[in-house]
Amino acid sequence: MTKVTLTVNGRAMSGECEDRTLLVHFIREKLGLTGTHVGCDTTQCGACVVHMDGHSVKSCSILAVQASGSSITTIEGLAGQGELHPVQAAFKEHHGLQCGFCTPGMVMTAVDLINREGGTLTEETVRAGLEGNICRCTGYHNIVKAILAADAEMATGRQAAE
Amino acid sequence: MYATSYHRASSVEDAVKLKSANEEGKYLSGGMTLIATMKQRLAAPSDLIDLRHIPVLRGISIDGRKVTIGAATPHADVAASRELAAICPAICKLAGHIGDPHVRHMGTIGGSIANNDPAADYPAGLLGLGATIVTDRRSIRADDFFTGLFDTALEEGEMVTSVTFEAPEKAGYAKFNNPASRFAMTGVFVAKTAGGVRVAVTGAGSSGVFRHPGFEQALASNWSADALGSVAVDASNLMSDMHANAEYRANLVKVMAKRAVISAG
Repeated sequence: MTKVTLTVNGRAMSGECEDRTLLVHFIREKLGLTGTHVGCDTTQCGACVVHMDGHSVKSCSILAVQASGSSITTIEGLAGQGELHPVQAAFKEHHGLQCGFCTPGMVMTAVDLINREGGTLTEETVRAGLEGNICRCTGYHNIVKAILAADAEMATGRQAAE
Repeated sequence: MYATSYHRASSVEDAVKLKSANEEGKYLSGGMTLIATMKQRLAAPSDLIDLRHIPVLRGISIDGRKVTIGAATPHADVAASRELAAICPAICKLAGHIGDPHVRHMGTIGGSIANNDPAADYPAGLLGLGATIVTDRRSIRADDFFTGLFDTALEEGEMVTSVTFEAPEKAGYAKFNNPASRFAMTGVFVAKTAGGVRVAVTGAGSSGVFRHPGFEQALASNWSADALGSVAVDASNLMSDMHANAEYRANLVKVMAKRAVISAG
Protein backbone atom coordinates (compact mmCIF):
# COMPACT_ATOMS: atom_id res chain seq x y z
CA MET A 1 0.00 0.00 0.00
CA THR A 2 1.20 3.48 -0.82
CA LYS A 3 0.17 6.73 0.78
CA VAL A 4 -1.32 9.19 -1.69
CA THR A 5 -1.60 12.84 -0.73
CA LEU A 6 -3.70 15.24 -2.74
CA THR A 7 -5.15 18.68 -2.38
CA VAL A 8 -8.78 18.07 -3.30
CA ASN A 9 -11.07 21.04 -3.79
CA GLY A 10 -8.65 23.09 -1.71
CA ARG A 11 -8.36 20.63 1.19
CA ALA A 12 -5.36 18.42 1.91
CA MET A 13 -6.45 14.79 1.82
CA SER A 14 -4.60 11.52 1.93
CA GLY A 15 -5.26 7.81 1.87
CA GLU A 16 -3.59 4.47 1.35
CA CYS A 17 -4.07 2.50 -1.83
CA GLU A 18 -2.46 -0.07 -4.08
CA ASP A 19 -0.19 1.31 -6.77
CA ARG A 20 -2.62 0.02 -9.41
CA THR A 21 -5.59 1.95 -7.98
CA LEU A 22 -7.02 4.38 -10.50
CA LEU A 23 -7.44 8.00 -9.46
CA VAL A 24 -11.20 7.84 -10.01
CA HIS A 25 -11.56 4.91 -7.61
CA PHE A 26 -9.39 6.67 -5.05
CA ILE A 27 -11.55 9.79 -5.27
CA ARG A 28 -14.81 7.87 -5.06
CA GLU A 29 -13.97 5.09 -2.64
CA LYS A 30 -11.21 6.46 -0.41
CA LEU A 31 -12.24 10.09 -0.33
CA GLY A 32 -15.98 9.46 -0.62
CA LEU A 33 -16.47 12.01 -3.38
CA THR A 34 -18.86 10.18 -5.66
CA GLY A 35 -19.73 13.04 -8.00
CA THR A 36 -16.99 11.89 -10.37
CA HIS A 37 -18.40 8.98 -12.36
CA VAL A 38 -17.02 5.85 -13.97
CA GLY A 39 -18.75 5.40 -17.31
CA CYS A 40 -16.88 3.42 -19.92
CA ASP A 41 -13.69 2.76 -17.96
CA THR A 42 -11.81 2.85 -21.30
CA THR A 43 -10.81 6.55 -21.65
CA GLN A 44 -13.61 7.31 -24.04
CA CYS A 45 -16.69 8.70 -22.30
CA GLY A 46 -15.29 11.47 -20.10
CA ALA A 47 -17.69 10.92 -17.17
CA CYS A 48 -14.60 10.77 -14.92
CA VAL A 49 -13.09 14.13 -15.91
CA VAL A 50 -11.51 16.09 -13.04
CA HIS A 51 -8.94 18.87 -13.08
CA MET A 52 -5.38 17.99 -12.09
CA ASP A 53 -3.18 21.03 -11.46
CA GLY A 54 -5.68 23.09 -13.42
CA HIS A 55 -6.06 20.86 -16.48
CA SER A 56 -8.88 18.48 -17.36
CA VAL A 57 -7.87 14.82 -17.26
CA LYS A 58 -9.63 11.47 -17.36
CA SER A 59 -9.28 10.10 -13.85
CA CYS A 60 -10.00 6.53 -15.01
CA SER A 61 -6.77 6.58 -16.98
CA ILE A 62 -4.42 7.87 -14.29
CA LEU A 63 -3.16 6.00 -11.26
CA ALA A 64 -3.78 7.65 -7.91
CA VAL A 65 -0.03 7.37 -7.21
CA GLN A 66 0.71 9.30 -10.42
CA ALA A 67 -1.47 12.13 -9.15
CA SER A 68 0.02 12.18 -5.67
CA GLY A 69 1.18 15.67 -4.70
CA SER A 70 -1.11 17.36 -7.21
CA SER A 71 -4.09 19.60 -6.79
CA ILE A 72 -7.40 18.07 -7.85
CA THR A 73 -10.72 19.76 -8.48
CA THR A 74 -13.83 17.59 -8.72
CA ILE A 75 -17.42 18.50 -9.47
CA GLU A 76 -17.99 18.89 -5.71
CA GLY A 77 -15.45 21.71 -5.65
CA LEU A 78 -17.11 24.00 -8.19
CA ALA A 79 -20.07 25.52 -6.37
CA GLY A 80 -19.17 28.11 -3.78
CA GLN A 81 -21.19 28.99 -0.68
CA GLY A 82 -24.48 27.52 -1.81
CA GLU A 83 -24.31 29.09 -5.26
CA LEU A 84 -23.93 27.05 -8.40
CA HIS A 85 -20.89 27.67 -10.59
CA PRO A 86 -22.00 29.60 -13.74
CA VAL A 87 -21.49 26.47 -15.84
CA GLN A 88 -23.66 24.40 -13.48
CA ALA A 89 -26.31 27.14 -13.49
CA ALA A 90 -26.24 27.25 -17.30
CA PHE A 91 -26.67 23.45 -17.55
CA LYS A 92 -29.73 23.78 -15.29
CA GLU A 93 -31.14 26.75 -17.16
CA HIS A 94 -30.64 25.29 -20.65
CA HIS A 95 -31.59 21.74 -19.74
CA GLY A 96 -28.09 20.47 -20.60
CA LEU A 97 -28.74 17.07 -19.08
CA GLN A 98 -31.31 14.33 -19.00
CA CYS A 99 -30.20 11.30 -17.01
CA GLY A 100 -27.27 13.28 -15.59
CA PHE A 101 -24.68 10.54 -15.64
CA CYS A 102 -22.26 12.34 -17.98
CA THR A 103 -22.93 15.74 -16.42
CA PRO A 104 -20.06 15.95 -13.90
CA GLY A 105 -17.57 15.22 -16.69
CA MET A 106 -19.34 17.57 -19.09
CA VAL A 107 -19.31 20.39 -16.57
CA MET A 108 -15.63 19.88 -15.65
CA THR A 109 -14.77 19.76 -19.35
CA ALA A 110 -16.73 22.95 -19.99
CA VAL A 111 -14.98 24.77 -17.14
CA ASP A 112 -11.58 23.71 -18.51
CA LEU A 113 -12.58 24.82 -22.00
CA ILE A 114 -13.74 28.22 -20.77
CA ASN A 115 -10.53 28.56 -18.72
CA ARG A 116 -8.48 28.00 -21.86
CA GLU A 117 -10.54 29.65 -24.56
CA GLY A 118 -13.11 31.70 -22.66
CA GLY A 119 -14.63 34.62 -24.54
CA THR A 120 -13.79 33.16 -27.95
CA LEU A 121 -15.96 30.04 -27.95
CA THR A 122 -18.22 29.22 -30.87
CA GLU A 123 -20.57 26.31 -31.44
CA GLU A 124 -17.81 24.67 -33.49
CA THR A 125 -15.07 25.04 -30.87
CA VAL A 126 -17.40 23.86 -28.10
CA ARG A 127 -18.27 20.75 -30.08
CA ALA A 128 -14.57 20.12 -30.75
CA GLY A 129 -13.88 20.65 -27.03
CA LEU A 130 -16.43 17.95 -26.19
CA GLU A 131 -14.57 15.40 -28.32
CA GLY A 132 -13.67 13.36 -25.24
CA ASN A 133 -17.11 13.34 -23.60
CA ILE A 134 -20.04 11.16 -24.52
CA CYS A 135 -23.70 11.84 -23.71
CA ARG A 136 -26.25 9.21 -24.66
CA CYS A 137 -29.37 11.28 -23.88
CA THR A 138 -29.31 14.87 -25.00
CA GLY A 139 -27.90 14.79 -28.49
CA TYR A 140 -25.48 17.47 -27.21
CA HIS A 141 -27.56 20.43 -28.43
CA ASN A 142 -28.47 21.77 -25.02
CA ILE A 143 -25.02 21.01 -23.62
CA VAL A 144 -23.48 23.19 -26.33
CA LYS A 145 -26.09 25.89 -25.66
CA ALA A 146 -25.38 25.78 -21.93
CA ILE A 147 -21.61 26.08 -22.40
CA LEU A 148 -21.96 29.02 -24.79
CA ALA A 149 -24.32 30.73 -22.36
CA ALA A 150 -21.95 30.14 -19.44
CA ASP A 151 -19.04 31.45 -21.49
CA ALA A 152 -20.94 34.64 -22.28
CA GLU A 153 -22.02 35.00 -18.65
CA MET A 154 -18.49 34.52 -17.36
CA ALA A 155 -17.04 36.93 -19.96
CA THR A 156 -19.48 39.57 -18.73
CA GLY A 157 -18.40 38.82 -15.17
CA ARG A 158 -14.75 39.25 -16.15
CA GLN A 159 -15.46 42.57 -17.86
CA ALA A 160 -17.36 43.83 -14.84
CA ALA A 161 -14.43 42.87 -12.63
CA GLU A 162 -11.93 44.79 -14.79
CA MET B 1 -5.16 -4.41 -13.91
CA TYR B 2 -2.49 -6.70 -12.49
CA ALA B 3 -0.51 -5.45 -9.51
CA THR B 4 2.44 -3.22 -10.24
CA SER B 5 4.95 -1.12 -8.29
CA TYR B 6 5.18 2.60 -8.96
CA HIS B 7 8.40 4.62 -8.88
CA ARG B 8 8.68 8.35 -9.48
CA ALA B 9 11.98 9.19 -11.17
CA SER B 10 13.59 12.48 -10.21
CA SER B 11 16.14 12.62 -13.04
CA VAL B 12 17.00 10.87 -16.29
CA GLU B 13 19.84 8.99 -14.54
CA ASP B 14 17.46 7.96 -11.75
CA ALA B 15 14.93 6.68 -14.31
CA VAL B 16 17.49 4.64 -16.22
CA LYS B 17 18.80 3.17 -12.96
CA LEU B 18 15.28 2.23 -11.83
CA LYS B 19 14.60 0.63 -15.18
CA SER B 20 17.77 -1.47 -15.13
CA ALA B 21 16.98 -2.60 -11.58
CA ASN B 22 13.50 -3.72 -12.69
CA GLU B 23 13.83 -5.71 -15.86
CA GLU B 24 10.10 -6.33 -16.24
CA GLY B 25 9.35 -2.68 -15.61
CA LYS B 26 8.25 -0.03 -18.08
CA TYR B 27 8.75 3.68 -18.40
CA LEU B 28 5.49 5.55 -17.84
CA SER B 29 5.01 8.97 -19.38
CA GLY B 30 1.47 10.31 -19.83
CA GLY B 31 0.16 6.76 -19.71
CA MET B 32 -2.59 7.40 -22.25
CA THR B 33 -1.77 4.12 -23.99
CA LEU B 34 0.06 2.20 -21.28
CA ILE B 35 -2.51 2.58 -18.47
CA ALA B 36 -5.34 1.69 -20.87
CA THR B 37 -3.42 -1.37 -22.02
CA MET B 38 -2.73 -2.42 -18.41
CA LYS B 39 -6.41 -2.05 -17.56
CA GLN B 40 -7.19 -4.51 -20.32
CA ARG B 41 -4.49 -6.81 -18.94
CA LEU B 42 -2.72 -6.69 -22.28
CA ALA B 43 0.36 -5.36 -20.50
CA ALA B 44 1.53 -6.28 -17.02
CA PRO B 45 4.78 -4.48 -16.18
CA SER B 46 6.10 -5.40 -12.73
CA ASP B 47 7.15 -1.79 -12.18
CA LEU B 48 6.26 1.61 -13.58
CA ILE B 49 8.89 4.32 -13.74
CA ASP B 50 7.11 7.66 -13.96
CA LEU B 51 8.93 10.23 -16.12
CA ARG B 52 6.47 13.11 -15.75
CA HIS B 53 8.26 14.71 -12.83
CA ILE B 54 11.69 15.06 -14.42
CA PRO B 55 11.95 18.80 -15.10
CA VAL B 56 14.48 18.62 -17.97
CA LEU B 57 12.16 16.38 -19.97
CA ARG B 58 9.46 18.99 -20.19
CA GLY B 59 9.23 22.07 -22.37
CA ILE B 60 9.83 23.48 -25.83
CA SER B 61 12.94 25.46 -26.65
CA ILE B 62 13.57 27.33 -29.86
CA ASP B 63 16.95 28.59 -31.02
CA GLY B 64 16.60 30.36 -34.35
CA ARG B 65 14.98 27.68 -36.51
CA LYS B 66 16.08 24.79 -34.33
CA VAL B 67 13.28 23.30 -32.24
CA THR B 68 13.76 21.00 -29.24
CA ILE B 69 10.76 19.41 -27.55
CA GLY B 70 11.29 17.57 -24.27
CA ALA B 71 10.02 13.99 -24.28
CA ALA B 72 7.55 14.53 -21.42
CA THR B 73 5.97 17.60 -23.03
CA PRO B 74 2.21 17.03 -23.31
CA HIS B 75 0.44 17.39 -26.64
CA ALA B 76 -1.57 20.35 -25.28
CA ASP B 77 1.66 22.33 -24.69
CA VAL B 78 2.88 21.69 -28.23
CA ALA B 79 -0.55 22.60 -29.62
CA ALA B 80 -0.66 25.87 -27.66
CA SER B 81 2.95 27.06 -28.17
CA ARG B 82 2.86 30.43 -29.96
CA GLU B 83 6.65 30.43 -30.45
CA LEU B 84 6.46 27.07 -32.19
CA ALA B 85 3.39 28.06 -34.21
CA ALA B 86 5.34 31.04 -35.54
CA ILE B 87 7.89 28.79 -37.27
CA CYS B 88 6.20 25.39 -37.64
CA PRO B 89 2.41 25.63 -37.27
CA ALA B 90 1.89 22.17 -38.79
CA ILE B 91 3.30 20.37 -35.74
CA CYS B 92 1.07 22.45 -33.42
CA LYS B 93 -1.95 21.54 -35.53
CA LEU B 94 -0.96 17.88 -35.46
CA ALA B 95 -0.62 17.91 -31.66
CA GLY B 96 -3.93 19.75 -31.26
CA HIS B 97 -5.85 16.99 -32.98
CA ILE B 98 -4.54 13.99 -31.06
CA GLY B 99 -7.27 12.23 -29.07
CA ASP B 100 -9.31 14.71 -27.05
CA PRO B 101 -8.48 17.67 -24.74
CA HIS B 102 -8.08 15.46 -21.65
CA VAL B 103 -5.78 13.02 -23.43
CA ARG B 104 -3.74 15.95 -24.76
CA HIS B 105 -3.20 17.20 -21.21
CA MET B 106 -1.53 13.91 -20.23
CA GLY B 107 -0.15 12.25 -23.37
CA THR B 108 3.42 13.16 -24.32
CA ILE B 109 5.47 13.30 -27.49
CA GLY B 110 8.10 10.91 -26.10
CA GLY B 111 5.47 8.39 -25.04
CA SER B 112 3.76 8.57 -28.41
CA ILE B 113 6.88 7.91 -30.47
CA ALA B 114 8.30 5.27 -28.12
CA ASN B 115 5.00 3.40 -28.46
CA ASN B 116 4.95 3.94 -32.26
CA ASP B 117 1.32 3.03 -32.74
CA PRO B 118 0.82 2.59 -36.49
CA ALA B 119 -2.09 5.06 -36.36
CA ALA B 120 -0.46 7.70 -34.14
CA ASP B 121 0.11 11.22 -35.46
CA TYR B 122 3.57 12.14 -34.13
CA PRO B 123 5.49 9.43 -36.04
CA ALA B 124 4.29 11.04 -39.30
CA GLY B 125 5.22 14.51 -38.04
CA LEU B 126 8.74 13.55 -36.97
CA LEU B 127 9.47 11.41 -40.00
CA GLY B 128 8.09 14.16 -42.24
CA LEU B 129 10.22 16.81 -40.56
CA GLY B 130 13.34 14.65 -40.67
CA ALA B 131 13.60 15.05 -36.90
CA THR B 132 16.24 13.56 -34.64
CA ILE B 133 15.22 11.58 -31.57
CA VAL B 134 17.57 12.09 -28.64
CA THR B 135 17.78 9.38 -25.98
CA ASP B 136 19.70 8.95 -22.74
CA ARG B 137 22.59 7.48 -24.77
CA ARG B 138 22.52 8.66 -28.44
CA SER B 139 20.76 10.51 -31.24
CA ILE B 140 18.67 8.59 -33.77
CA ARG B 141 17.37 9.94 -37.09
CA ALA B 142 13.61 9.56 -37.46
CA ASP B 143 14.31 7.53 -40.63
CA ASP B 144 16.05 4.94 -38.46
CA PHE B 145 13.85 5.24 -35.37
CA PHE B 146 10.46 3.95 -36.53
CA THR B 147 11.13 0.32 -37.40
CA GLY B 148 7.69 -1.33 -37.53
CA LEU B 149 4.36 -1.82 -35.80
CA PHE B 150 4.81 -0.68 -32.18
CA ASP B 151 8.53 -1.13 -32.84
CA THR B 152 11.38 1.37 -32.64
CA ALA B 153 15.17 1.43 -32.65
CA LEU B 154 15.13 1.91 -28.85
CA GLU B 155 17.21 -0.68 -27.04
CA GLU B 156 16.23 -2.32 -23.76
CA GLY B 157 16.09 0.38 -21.09
CA GLU B 158 16.80 3.20 -23.55
CA MET B 159 14.70 6.27 -23.00
CA VAL B 160 13.69 9.14 -25.29
CA THR B 161 14.69 12.46 -23.72
CA SER B 162 13.83 14.94 -26.49
CA VAL B 163 13.21 15.40 -30.19
CA THR B 164 14.82 18.09 -32.31
CA PHE B 165 14.26 19.37 -35.81
CA GLU B 166 14.91 22.36 -38.02
CA ALA B 167 11.73 24.28 -38.74
CA PRO B 168 10.89 23.56 -42.38
CA GLU B 169 10.27 26.17 -45.05
CA LYS B 170 6.72 24.82 -45.32
CA ALA B 171 4.82 21.95 -43.77
CA GLY B 172 1.28 20.67 -43.53
CA TYR B 173 -0.59 17.77 -41.93
CA ALA B 174 -3.96 16.32 -42.80
CA LYS B 175 -5.62 13.30 -41.29
CA PHE B 176 -8.79 11.38 -41.76
CA ASN B 177 -9.95 10.60 -38.23
CA ASN B 178 -11.37 7.38 -37.06
CA PRO B 179 -14.64 8.98 -35.89
CA ALA B 180 -14.60 7.14 -32.55
CA SER B 181 -10.96 7.02 -31.44
CA ARG B 182 -9.57 10.05 -33.32
CA PHE B 183 -6.60 7.97 -34.32
CA ALA B 184 -5.56 8.52 -37.93
CA MET B 185 -7.23 6.15 -40.37
CA THR B 186 -4.71 7.86 -42.61
CA GLY B 187 -2.61 10.92 -41.88
CA VAL B 188 -0.07 12.56 -44.17
CA PHE B 189 2.62 15.05 -43.17
CA VAL B 190 4.36 16.98 -45.95
CA ALA B 191 7.38 19.22 -45.45
CA LYS B 192 9.73 21.27 -47.58
CA THR B 193 12.94 21.04 -45.58
CA ALA B 194 16.52 22.11 -46.16
CA GLY B 195 17.24 18.49 -47.01
CA GLY B 196 14.44 18.28 -49.60
CA VAL B 197 10.75 17.47 -49.68
CA ARG B 198 9.57 14.78 -47.26
CA VAL B 199 6.19 13.06 -47.16
CA ALA B 200 5.33 10.71 -44.29
CA VAL B 201 2.19 8.60 -44.01
CA THR B 202 0.69 7.19 -40.80
CA GLY B 203 -2.40 5.09 -40.12
CA ALA B 204 -2.15 3.32 -43.46
CA GLY B 205 1.01 1.23 -43.75
CA SER B 206 1.00 -2.39 -42.63
CA SER B 207 4.46 -1.82 -41.11
CA GLY B 208 3.64 1.54 -39.56
CA VAL B 209 4.67 5.01 -40.64
CA PHE B 210 6.45 5.28 -44.02
CA ARG B 211 7.76 7.84 -46.50
CA HIS B 212 6.29 8.09 -49.98
CA PRO B 213 9.12 8.63 -52.52
CA GLY B 214 6.70 9.11 -55.43
CA PHE B 215 4.97 12.03 -53.69
CA GLU B 216 8.32 13.46 -52.60
CA GLN B 217 9.66 13.53 -56.17
CA ALA B 218 6.45 15.02 -57.54
CA LEU B 219 6.37 17.77 -54.91
CA ALA B 220 10.09 18.51 -55.28
CA SER B 221 9.56 19.51 -58.89
CA ASN B 222 6.13 21.11 -58.37
CA TRP B 223 4.93 21.98 -54.85
CA SER B 224 1.19 21.79 -55.45
CA ALA B 225 -1.69 19.42 -54.75
CA ASP B 226 -2.16 19.00 -58.52
CA ALA B 227 1.32 17.48 -58.82
CA LEU B 228 0.11 14.45 -56.82
CA GLY B 229 -2.84 13.64 -59.09
CA SER B 230 -0.94 11.30 -61.39
CA VAL B 231 1.27 9.63 -58.75
CA ALA B 232 0.22 6.07 -57.99
CA VAL B 233 -0.28 4.82 -54.40
CA ASP B 234 0.42 1.12 -54.09
CA ALA B 235 -2.24 -0.57 -51.93
CA SER B 236 -0.32 -3.80 -51.48
CA ASN B 237 1.53 -2.68 -48.33
CA LEU B 238 -1.42 -0.93 -46.72
CA MET B 239 -3.57 -2.09 -43.81
CA SER B 240 -7.04 -3.53 -44.20
CA ASP B 241 -9.31 -3.61 -41.17
CA MET B 242 -12.94 -3.19 -40.17
CA HIS B 243 -12.68 0.58 -40.74
CA ALA B 244 -11.20 0.63 -44.22
CA ASN B 245 -9.62 -1.76 -46.69
CA ALA B 246 -6.24 -1.21 -48.35
CA GLU B 247 -7.70 0.25 -51.55
CA TYR B 248 -9.75 2.75 -49.57
CA ARG B 249 -6.66 3.73 -47.57
CA ALA B 250 -4.63 4.11 -50.79
CA ASN B 251 -7.17 6.68 -51.93
CA LEU B 252 -7.09 8.37 -48.52
CA VAL B 253 -3.29 8.62 -48.70
CA LYS B 254 -3.57 10.68 -51.86
CA VAL B 255 -6.47 12.80 -50.65
CA MET B 256 -4.77 13.55 -47.31
CA ALA B 257 -1.46 14.33 -49.05
CA LYS B 258 -3.24 16.86 -51.26
CA ARG B 259 -4.97 18.43 -48.25
CA ALA B 260 -1.66 18.56 -46.39
CA VAL B 261 0.01 20.41 -49.28
CA ILE B 262 -2.89 22.85 -49.48
CA SER B 263 -2.74 23.50 -45.73
CA ALA B 264 1.03 24.05 -45.97
CA GLY B 265 0.41 26.80 -48.52
